[in-house]
Amino acid sequence: MSARNAELLTAGVIFVLLLIAPPLLEALGLGYMTGLLMKAMLLAIAALSLDLIVGQGGMISLGHSAFVGLGAYSLAIGLESGIDNILALMVIALVVSGLFALVTGALALRTSGIYFLMITLAFGQMAYFTLTSLAGYGGDDGLTLWSLATLFGSKVVQNSGQLYFVILGVLLATWWLLHRITHARFGRVLRGARDNAERAEVMGFSVFRYRLTAYVIAGMIASIAGLLTAQQNEFVSPSLATWQHSGDLLVILVIGGIGSRNGTILGAFFIVIVQELLGAILPEWRLIYGPLLVLVVLFAKGGLNTLLTPGQGRRAA
Amino acid sequence: MSFTLLLIQCLNGLQYGTMLFLIAAGLTLVFGVMGFINLAHGVLYMVGAYLAFAFLNLTGNFWIAALLAMVAALVFGLALEHFVFRHLYTRNHLDQVLATFGIIIFLNELAKVLFGAATLSIPVPALLDGSIPLTPELNYPVYRLAIIGVGLLVAALLYGIVSHTRVGMLVRAGATTPEMVNALGVNIERLFMIVFGVGAMLAGFAGVIAAPIFAIEPGMGDNILIVAFVVIIIGGIGSIRGAFVAALLVGLIDTLGRSLATEMTGFVFSPSMSNQIGPALASMLIYILMAAILIFRPQGLLPAKGTA
Repeated sequence: MSARNAELLTAGVIFVLLLIAPPLLEALGLGYMTGLLMKAMLLAIAALSLDLIVGQGGMISLGHSAFVGLGAYSLAIGLESGIDNILALMVIALVVSGLFALVTGALALRTSGIYFLMITLAFGQMAYFTLTSLAGYGGDDGLTLWSLATLFGSKVVQNSGQLYFVILGVLLATWWLLHRITHARFGRVLRGARDNAERAEVMGFSVFRYRLTAYVIAGMIASIAGLLTAQQNEFVSPSLATWQHSGDLLVILVIGGIGSRNGTILGAFFIVIVQELLGAILPEWRLIYGPLLVLVVLFAKGGLNTLLTPGQGRRAA
Repeated sequence: MSFTLLLIQCLNGLQYGTMLFLIAAGLTLVFGVMGFINLAHGVLYMVGAYLAFAFLNLTGNFWIAALLAMVAALVFGLALEHFVFRHLYTRNHLDQVLATFGIIIFLNELAKVLFGAATLSIPVPALLDGSIPLTPELNYPVYRLAIIGVGLLVAALLYGIVSHTRVGMLVRAGATTPEMVNALGVNIERLFMIVFGVGAMLAGFAGVIAAPIFAIEPGMGDNILIVAFVVIIIGGIGSIRGAFVAALLVGLIDTLGRSLATEMTGFVFSPSMSNQIGPALASMLIYILMAAILIFRPQGLLPAKGTA
């Protein structure tokens, strides 16, 4: 079986399991777990988008949560201004995050490597502080959403409706879009530039344009994750855009295996489960989680994905 | 805004700038020489402040506490280098980011467990408690002036060491071509350890002197770390002079911006609008400065010689 078929098969299993999970959990009396699944799926969407930059592009961004925050606040501010159709709000989130990604990406991509990391971190922090200074929308404390977005008046996109399946659908669409991008010429150029930027440049590709396009796409997808997070929590706060949240997204990628979409989804579930489990046993779970990260980096290479497909290298497509 | 107030804000800006320099100097050296991205550098600042708090409670004397805290910060930094960071130098940046991220999470939580989540403070030492008149109607705290003085002293000392001593020469050479320095028989691992130890001690020192005037709390190093990154980008990676100039620039712009922004936007927008926009704009100023530097001078204001 080829690697690509194995990937499709694994993804199929994951998505079927996610599809039948809510009624199954309900039957087992674990209905509250669906909330955790939604949280994990939303993290997975944001992490998948980050993988386009980190895994395919080889550019480490520590500011990705800024887009999550922008998406969440697009929903909150849109709702406060009387827009309640989720499609319209999504368009707003896409435009806002796309523009932010275009400007900050164009600046950050004037450099590479370590500079890129520091600059994305700085711009992410700028977005965070801007959100905390929005006194009219809760400032530091965040804002409870008294009314939620609807789909042409229908509550299907709310917790009381079918939000779980909406999120699952968005996750599937994200997976599929990134799968197509990865296997298209665009993805190959991106990986080529990752492995050797000069060679790609000499071959006639504008590395800058390809990278910037990837950065903008990733930012826009992350903003949708943020928008849906706000819709699920019925609350927004600047904490969505902290740099620690960006760090969590990178942790998910590494745990799952860089460049692997299925691994990323599993990584997101792994993180949520670990945090919930450790958190339930020990309130100071970070005392274990922190050293765990160090140990994973020092001793475990390749992430969960290597467990799925033995023999597949770390920087797989 | 009166002249007096402007003068106070300028002094506050200088004082913030010198604190930033102490942190950015270590960070830029560690990065410049080792190519190692250490997110946990900010957490050493927090460790310094907590150590000062702990030793002050133990000894009751600020000066002894400060000295002990600096030595402890140095030992702590060297232990981190020995047990974790040493194994990361040859790894890619992502591994370095994640491992140091894990250390931040651990130490922030440890501080919370040991000292509680509430903010702590220690009194200004008696010798420097009080204020002196700068103009007839302006008194300025001696302690803050002392910070500026100490910061300038450390800057001069570092500059002297890096540009005029044998170790400094190795540091500069190591920043440009580490392989060549290694090939010439210099023990590069020991050089790395020295540089890392000095950086850790500087960050710890910044934490110690910050303890009497800023709140000591878990996570206090995280935000200042990111501002230190901005300083390094503006100044040029690996450059002590660049870090110094950029730190003062960022300190002044940030402090003045926060006190002037609401007034300045008031000229353009209505008072209620400017109350909204002013603070938001003020918190963005240093990042806008960084963006401008990236557009017009991506290598930084004063890049280290020999590096691209």
